Amino acid sequence: MPIEVLMPALSPTMEKGNLAKWLKKEGDAVKSGDVIAEIETDKATMEVEAVDEGTLGKILVPEGTADVAVNTPIAVLLGDGEDASAIGSAPSVAQQQKVAESAPPSENGNSIHAPAIMPALLPQPTIAEEPDVPAGTEMQTMTVREALRDAMAEEMRRDDTIFVMGEEVAEYQGAYKVTQGLLQEFGPDRVVDTPITEHGFAGLGVGAALGGLKPIVEFMTFNFAMQAIDHIINSAAKTLYMSGGQMGASIVFRGPNGAAARVAAQHSQDYTAWYSHIPGLIVIAPYTAADFKGLLKAAIRNPNPVVFLENEILYGQSFPVPKLDDYLLPIGKAKVVRPGNHVTLVSFSIGMTYALKAAEELAKKHIMAEVIDLRTIRPMDTATVIESVKKTGRLVTIEEGWPQSGIGAEISARVMEQAFDYLDAPVLRISGKDVPMPYAANLEKLALPSIAEIVEAVKAVTYR
Amino acid sequence: MAVAKKTQAASPAAARSASADKVKPADFSKEQELQAYRDMLLIRRFEEKAGQMYGMGLIGGFCHLYIGQEAVVTGMQMTLKKGDQVITGYRDHGHMLACGMDAKGVMAELTGRRGGYSKGKGGSMHMFSVEKGFFGGHGIVGAQVSLGTGLAFTNKYRKTDNVCLTYFGDGAANQGQVYESFNMAELWKLPVVYIIENNRYAMGTAVHRSSAQQDFSRRGISFNIPGEQVDGMDVRAVKAAGEKAVQWCRDGNGPYILEMMTYRYRGHSMSDPAKYRTREEVEKIRGEQDPIEQVRQRLLKNKWVSEDELKKIDAKVRDVVNEAAEFATHDPEPDPSELWTDILR
Repeated sequence: MPIEVLMPALSPTMEKGNLAKWLKKEGDAVKSGDVIAEIETDKATMEVEAVDEGTLGKILVPEGTADVAVNTPIAVLLGDGEDASAIGSAPSVAQQQKVAESAPPSENGNSIHAPAIMPALLPQPTIAEEPDVPAGTEMQTMTVREALRDAMAEEMRRDDTIFVMGEEVAEYQGAYKVTQGLLQEFGPDRVVDTPITEHGFAGLGVGAALGGLKPIVEFMTFNFAMQAIDHIINSAAKTLYMSGGQMGASIVFRGPNGAAARVAAQHSQDYTAWYSHIPGLIVIAPYTAADFKGLLKAAIRNPNPVVFLENEILYGQSFPVPKLDDYLLPIGKAKVVRPGNHVTLVSFSIGMTYALKAAEELAKKHIMAEVIDLRTIRPMDTATVIESVKKTGRLVTIEEGWPQSGIGAEISARVMEQAFDYLDAPVLRISGKDVPMPYAANLEKLALPSIAEIVEAVKAVTYR
Repeated sequence: MAVAKKTQAASPAAARSASADKVKPADFSKEQELQAYRDMLLIRRFEEKAGQMYGMGLIGGFCHLYIGQEAVVTGMQMTLKKGDQVITGYRDHGHMLACGMDAKGVMAELTGRRGGYSKGKGGSMHMFSVEKGFFGGHGIVGAQVSLGTGLAFTNKYRKTDNVCLTYFGDGAANQGQVYESFNMAELWKLPVVYIIENNRYAMGTAVHRSSAQQDFSRRGISFNIPGEQVDGMDVRAVKAAGEKAVQWCRDGNGPYILEMMTYRYRGHSMSDPAKYRTREEVEKIRGEQDPIEQVRQRLLKNKWVSEDELKKIDAKVRDVVNEAAEFATHDPEPDPSELWTDILR
């Protein structure tokens, strides 16, 4: 049966093109792969290759013809033993073309009968309640640094596919001593010093995770992870989706995030909002040693890529940690750490130090602030925040990161959408100032949030 | 023939022969020639069909065809065993078919249908098969090199003798992470064969316009990684060099670089203006070095098969491809609810 050769599309948006040149003439033998014609659009020239074998029976569109619509038959190819008299009988490619037209094109989305407004946010997962620490459990005072180390060591004892890699994690015992003692206990195969090569070892870690291992990739600071962010987002966060659920990366990226002290702009950036933006990632940023321990253990066991944001200033701070064999906390659960009914303060990580001190100051002025520690940034526990705002009617968010598109901006949008009628004042954001971090001590202090700013914001929203 | 020469170093590892003497093309039995012919022809016909379906608007976005380079994946695949891994960039259809992935599932992914390997959510550049050891399909140029090095790390960690074949092009070879990976792979003696498919053009930029060192087999010299150039149009040469490289890795010697001298007949993607090379150049290579034609001529010359038998093979391959195209045309698009699945586990 003769086969029609159709005007091909150069791109999904092309509708017509010019038939620039015929490279075969009627009667020529054509093998599959032979270039038979050239077509042009304003963007490009493309060669039309024969897909089937035969003889070029008839040219339907002569060269030099402009504006030939895509899928117009431009020539007829004759098969073995056919002659030109066969032209006019049903062409098989034209039938295929009809099929193509009947198949719903995905580009315009017509086939999705979605409601007028689609929910844009991933539905919130159901999160188990935080288990109560059994009464009488002994509390042990330890630093955040020790809690993190214990969390990794406990998990590495449980599961020998877990390994730690990063710069100075082994022999140096960790640039901030978080991995102290791990080399001695687990050996160099599982505690791996890397060259200074963030892009490379982040990619290597994701590859190992795709291969079935459970890497904990330490960045000396998240400031350096900007060199590796392509692998965190494109390779780790998106692969599960792009593979239709077949393959994903179970991996933890951890290290100190945000400002330390007097290290200036390139070493003092808070990346919480950056990673919070990405579907396919879990983002955790705790404050207390107990939360660091319980959530790092949960992160290591989680089958998804987790960005676990620590803070250099918090490393040395001590908190009580329950002395339990296996202290695990649920990911995605915020915690009301101080109850109150006049205003809600929401923060996370080192931001909690400002929030808690401000709450104490406010209490002296008889303003009772309810303080919420988000702990997990993605998925964000909006429900806990909304519940509190329904009670207080007022909300101030606190973070060290920049204001634009920040975590505070996200929380205020959600509260406006879900609890607008309960608000008695606009939501205010206290954040790092919209400048690169300065070096000078006085300027650095000005660039960071302060307790005084929080107290002022609370006074404003409570109209005092 | 340029070969990578090892620099003198004090470590015993450096004393190994890395001058990488070019191995002779493998001697193929009739069965091997026939297998190579079938496997390469399947890729060629599949890609021609994909090009046609793109032209009909059934395939969207980017579509990078592998036509001309078939001998590389076909020869390399002959060197693998169970548990070995394969990873590549965005020009990945040939690699998937060589790994034994189903043509229907690949084509349906190209058309964005629910029966595609990624349920229609990945497209041409993002497909995976845990079962067949194919780890993608990666759209960011060079990313697969670090990822493949990580897969090799897994093999070493688990103390298996499996090898990861990590494919990338002459374009990706200029990405920084390639050299970060080379360094770690040699430092930790990871079993990874880096296969640089040099098809002479990074999109539209010829190698001599992009690369200070155009002999890519030498790109590992400063890391002490041996490398050699291979005639990537001759499936026997690919298999012989591949076997040597894979064995090098299995024996615990660390990584190996193979630069496959190959050529893509079609544009970089479907929307390639083709202004950067002449038609004569394409026709010359196609006429003189075509990987499939080479096997076909040997099969006929040795009188191992007749023209008629080859025609039967051609027809069978065409049937597989037509069936794949048929499936990919009629399979429904993913259910709208799939928008929200596979984000987290």
